[in-house]
Amino acid sequence: MSFQIKKSSKVYDICIVGSGAGGGMATKVLSEAGFKIALLEAGPNFDPANPDQQTQFKWPYESPRRGAGTSRPFGDFDMAYGGWEIDGEPYTRKNGTKFDWFRSRMLGGRTNHWGRISLRFGPLDFKRKDFDGKGDNWPIGYEDVKPYYDKVDKLIGVFGTKENIPNEPDGYFLPPPKPRLHELYLKKAGQKSGLPVIPSRLSILTKRIDNRRGACFYCKQCSRSCSIYGDFSSSSVLVKPALEYDNVDLYVNAMVREVLTDENGKATGVSYINKHDLQEYTVKAKVVILAASACGSARILLNSKSSKFPNGLANSSGVVGKYLHDSTGAARTALVPSLMDRKRYNEDGVGGMHLYVPWWLNDSKNLGFTRGYHMEFWGGMGMPAYGVGFGMENINGLVPGKDGQMKKPGGYGLDFKNDVNRFYGAIVGMAGRGESIPQKNNYCEIDPDVVDKYGIPVLRFNYKWTDEERKQAKHMHETFEELIHNMGGIALGNKPGKESDYGLDVPGRIIHEVGTTRMGDNSKTSVLNKYNQAHDVPNLFVMDGGGFVSQADKNPTWTILALAWRASEYLTEEIKKMNI
Amino acid sequence: MDRRKSLKAMVAGTVTSGFMFSGCLTDSEEQVANETPTPEIEESGYGRTPEELARDKELYSKTFFNEHEMATLAVLSDIIIPADETSGSATDAKVPEFLEFIVKDMPHHQTPMRGGLMWLDHESNKRFDKVFKDTPETQQLEIIEDIAYPDDVKPEFLQGAKFFSRLRNLVATGYFTSKEGIEYLGYVGNVPNVWDGVPQDVLDRHKLSYDEKTLNECIKPEERNEIANWDNYDLA
Repeated sequence: MSFQIKKSSKVYDICIVGSGAGGGMATKVLSEAGFKIALLEAGPNFDPANPDQQTQFKWPYESPRRGAGTSRPFGDFDMAYGGWEIDGEPYTRKNGTKFDWFRSRMLGGRTNHWGRISLRFGPLDFKRKDFDGKGDNWPIGYEDVKPYYDKVDKLIGVFGTKENIPNEPDGYFLPPPKPRLHELYLKKAGQKSGLPVIPSRLSILTKRIDNRRGACFYCKQCSRSCSIYGDFSSSSVLVKPALEYDNVDLYVNAMVREVLTDENGKATGVSYINKHDLQEYTVKAKVVILAASACGSARILLNSKSSKFPNGLANSSGVVGKYLHDSTGAARTALVPSLMDRKRYNEDGVGGMHLYVPWWLNDSKNLGFTRGYHMEFWGGMGMPAYGVGFGMENINGLVPGKDGQMKKPGGYGLDFKNDVNRFYGAIVGMAGRGESIPQKNNYCEIDPDVVDKYGIPVLRFNYKWTDEERKQAKHMHETFEELIHNMGGIALGNKPGKESDYGLDVPGRIIHEVGTTRMGDNSKTSVLNKYNQAHDVPNLFVMDGGGFVSQADKNPTWTILALAWRASEYLTEEIKKMNI
Repeated sequence: MDRRKSLKAMVAGTVTSGFMFSGCLTDSEEQVANETPTPEIEESGYGRTPEELARDKELYSKTFFNEHEMATLAVLSDIIIPADETSGSATDAKVPEFLEFIVKDMPHHQTPMRGGLMWLDHESNKRFDKVFKDTPETQQLEIIEDIAYPDDVKPEFLQGAKFFSRLRNLVATGYFTSKEGIEYLGYVGNVPNVWDGVPQDVLDRHKLSYDEKTLNECIKPEERNEIANWDNYDLA
């Protein structure tokens, strides 16, 4: 056999796989604790201040496709190298079900482009089973995580307001930006229906938190990753500072295949494919931390088969890959006629919404579903990109023209040109992001027939929504229409019905997938203990969203960061006590 | 010191000296970045990965529309977006060149666009015994009137109307994402600035205001460069 795995004799204290939120936090905390760390990232190095990589402040005409999403699903300027489909890295689905898996191959992973929505899980979110009997409780509660949320707030920065809403814990908030015009409309519309429309909570520096990072200059382009680090991305805020010291070796373009173990069943390191020379290498370490994303880490564990671990590593429970769940999502847009013919001014603001609606019906028992959703908004006079001016025939017949007469939708010429101008900034969008109930039968597993271009067996997904999620989406659409009505708006498109699952997005589309290596006190029904440590392998941790027992309707990043910090402190103590 | 320069200085002050790479692994991108920029890198211009850059080059090396099609698209583009006293037309904004690129980038546009142009020439030949681009404007507009309003189309023109809606979308997008189009639209962002809420006259016009709570809680522009201090922050 000519193919030879190249081994290095160096033994690190800790090998961390993945440089997103979980891996970045582990790298920072553990390198500061003095450990020698190998950080492996499957994509290239990345710095938003590198002019060759930077997209911030680019104009649509600097891209020949005007920023369209042909190669990056959220558009040319979005800072995720990858997407739901990556050349040479397939995945499959079974039983006619659907799941779309978003991956970002770069230092910092998906934190470079994410929405920066930074919500703490509340007390209820860790113990939902106590209230509705569904799913499982977490083995920890809000009080266990709160100190780490506090530390994350102060280290990374998040704006928001103290609202004292029971299941929406307040944090150490920087002052929020003032609402935009359409957001004031939404606030008024929401108040009319009794919805709490409050300042959003985003990890964007409206104020400086240290001398390293700049304050937000309101370009709305957080999805492009900020060149002065005014928003949070793991690469800019956690990994980069850690690399300034000698404790961390960064391996980029290193696609991890499996975790290596010895005859005692302890992890000894990982093997990876170097994407440049397509050779396989090993990195030795006394502790291995997987933070390759919920599905990425599950894949590595399931591919780490040996005679001692025939079902994959840390999988005596058979639960690795199970309980996969994403947030629910549904959305609607509306034309708000009173926002037409607007005065022009710069209303870019921060990257994302300035106001949102947290779930407001925790006490409601008769909805037909038991888990909530929060609402997000968009709109305003944003920078044009591919798609601007599309579908005018769907809106310019809805309201009278400047002459007071209704017109035939469509058209051409100066009248059409002027219409695009009139409607600019008059479209408002809203979306629900909800909690689904984790199901053992929603899972990823290894496809026995397929490998990726690195020869690594790929994931196969099986995922079905239940009526809980469908009813929730139905409720979202009812809320959207009520808000649109309150604003004097005209809902665009049709309200999706039962035949289309009430507009419920395909699982994986909201990119909050978690749960594949869930934590628990019982090693027969969970993969990790409450400190993200594998029940079966004491020197193996998983610090991404895999450990989540349930997702809440909150975006997972802030909780991944808090739990990774907590787990890293625990690991430090365990090493000191010689337990690992 | 202008804003751009101060941004650069800020960045220079915070960027680390470089990353460490161990063992056999090298990062070729990093090495390229340290050398004198080659024309390729300047060409990339908008933050492309090497794979994306290669794809762009491949698309640029191909031609889809022939000369006749390009000439017809130019006529159509200016019918959809003509110039007025203050702003240019679609061809002024190089929309046909955008159309040529976008159909190569998104091949699903190719057959409908090519076929739509053929449909149009066929219709023009039938009515006026000339291809579309060579008929006088009044005759061109006679056909366009029949296909420009999708809710009001005779059955025999439905395919033409479908084509025209697609073309109108692409021409509009090409125009309003161009420098000229953005200026016409009045988008004034994409620059470092300080957001301090909706201008008062706009609030007045929409009969809206910021309530006391909002004004107290929101960031004051003059405080944004202060470093946050949690000493007196009370969190239950």
